[in-house]
Amino acid sequence: MREPLIFEQSRAGRGALLQAPTPVPPSPDLPASLLRSDVPPLPEVSELQVVRHFTRLSQQNFSIDTHFYPLGSCTMKYNPRACNRLAMLPGFLARHPLEPEAHAQGVLECLFELQEWLKAVTGMAGVSLTPMAGAQGEFAGVAMIDAYHRARGDHARRQIIVPDAAHGTNPATATMCGLDVVEIPTNAEGDVDLDALRAAVGPATAGIMLTNPSTLGVFERRITEIAAIVHEAGGLLYYDGANMNAILGQVLPGAMGFDVVHINLHKTFSTPHGGGGPGAGIVAVNQRLEPFLPVPMVGQRDGRYAWLTERERPQSIGRLSAFMGNTGILLRAWVYMRLLGAEGMRRVSAYAVLNANYLLARLRDAGFTVAYPGRRASHEFIISLKDVARDTGVTAMDFAKALLDRGVHAPTTYFPLLVPECLLIEPTETEAQDDLDRFVEALVEIRALARRDAAEVKRAPRTTPVGRLDDVRAAKQLDVTWQSRRAPAA
Amino acid sequence: MSEIPADLSYTREHEWVRTEADGSVVVGISDHAQAQLGELVYVELPEVGRVVEAGAALAVVESTKAASDVYAPVSGSVVAVNEALNAGPELVNGSPYGDGWLVRLKPSAPATGLLDAAAYTQLVADESH
Repeated sequence: MREPLIFEQSRAGRGALLQAPTPVPPSPDLPASLLRSDVPPLPEVSELQVVRHFTRLSQQNFSIDTHFYPLGSCTMKYNPRACNRLAMLPGFLARHPLEPEAHAQGVLECLFELQEWLKAVTGMAGVSLTPMAGAQGEFAGVAMIDAYHRARGDHARRQIIVPDAAHGTNPATATMCGLDVVEIPTNAEGDVDLDALRAAVGPATAGIMLTNPSTLGVFERRITEIAAIVHEAGGLLYYDGANMNAILGQVLPGAMGFDVVHINLHKTFSTPHGGGGPGAGIVAVNQRLEPFLPVPMVGQRDGRYAWLTERERPQSIGRLSAFMGNTGILLRAWVYMRLLGAEGMRRVSAYAVLNANYLLARLRDAGFTVAYPGRRASHEFIISLKDVARDTGVTAMDFAKALLDRGVHAPTTYFPLLVPECLLIEPTETEAQDDLDRFVEALVEIRALARRDAAEVKRAPRTTPVGRLDDVRAAKQLDVTWQSRRAPAA
Repeated sequence: MSEIPADLSYTREHEWVRTEADGSVVVGISDHAQAQLGELVYVELPEVGRVVEAGAALAVVESTKAASDVYAPVSGSVVAVNEALNAGPELVNGSPYGDGWLVRLKPSAPATGLLDAAAYTQLVADESH
């Protein structure tokens, strides 16, 4: 049943005491021309109508709290309640970013410890927590590579190499930093083509951006050779931490040969990625890039914690925001790491990888086409439904919709682009075996239905609050605002 | 089975190429390519006058599935683009070899490495197995 908009439930003159406006005298600082003369068309509803409306909307959510979500850390892994609750303690929430350091020693200590722990899980020498999202983290990483070459007077290094299995944002970041993108291919096994890499590097190489494990869900096995090739050519290595959930506590990007790492704390460290923000895209670097880290950072001075700014760090690439990043997200990560400890973090990646490989093996045994059959999965893997689509006309998107009717959120569809009709499946560390088994059964059932009655699959979803959406029309005629049909009050 | 007209040339990246009487070449994407993408929601066309190298990104076609680069099959300069696609990107789906053409180029060098219809038919067959 469609839930009417709260505006559609409005009746003139209806209201609740709680919502009654407090009369505010007009501010003498605002010119009359800027003051509104009419009343804004806000919904006029009773208190209980408001309660029921938003409760019903919340019940329509397809959420990690109610359903299996094989989009994984890419979008929505389970984030422990404790992290949220502790980051919301009044002492944290009531802070002001300009309060004196002497009054902020507690939160500065948390942030300092977080910097230290992130150095440990990346194998790096320095960390800045200030990037407020993955995009800022990537930007900071490449800007530091650029600053490093410029500081050495090496102005010819204007190219960033990006393998086609890298994260899709990487070429955009390089372009944003004013560098040119050189794309290199992946071989049939899912590894970077080393001959193409050797041919691509040279005196113009600023660096390479890599995701490891790659977006193909496999670990780049020859990463140390890649590092040697790039370093010998004078370039640096940037690690996109998109897939940190697969390697947490198992292998350090620093040990793989990377010079700079960005990690989305809002993927692996207890903030949902798919929530629309805010996020935290921290950067970690080795000694070579340490002077260039964005400010502010947290340091120690005279036995107390203190902000380090441009004054202490003159070679910094500068600031990415007005203050110190998204502290609430940083605190959630601090709590998460504190709760799990080093051993617990190793178990996160161990179980994430085990669950992915369990699903991979079961789906392969059930006759699904695995994109890289010779490879072990990292924390995620790809199946291709090309054969089913060819034989029945039922596509990966149809499977995704039909999964909704079987109580599973769809995995990522049609990404990465290298694999046709693909589903990218990431179960994460917190799923029980029973739920993984139910997912396999659902896919098997949909495939059987596709062979028997393809049209029935294409009618999915039937059990969701809204059915199959017209995504072409949504893309072409984007209109997300509701216009009041009521004439404004005089 | 997708339509592959015998009188056109093709690239491995699923563009088609037609050489006109005045020496200019018209570029579009094949029926197979549009079917793989699904209904297009946006086409980004180059500016007229832009000079491109063979193999460089020339245009972008976007569906709800993916945004894909269209590569220049020959080096040359852009002499015309199909303005009708700004308002009606779905023309590419309905008529990939006709009203859904993308760009007209004036070549600066002869095209190399293009496939004839038979070779392209084989490529498409290989890719779907």
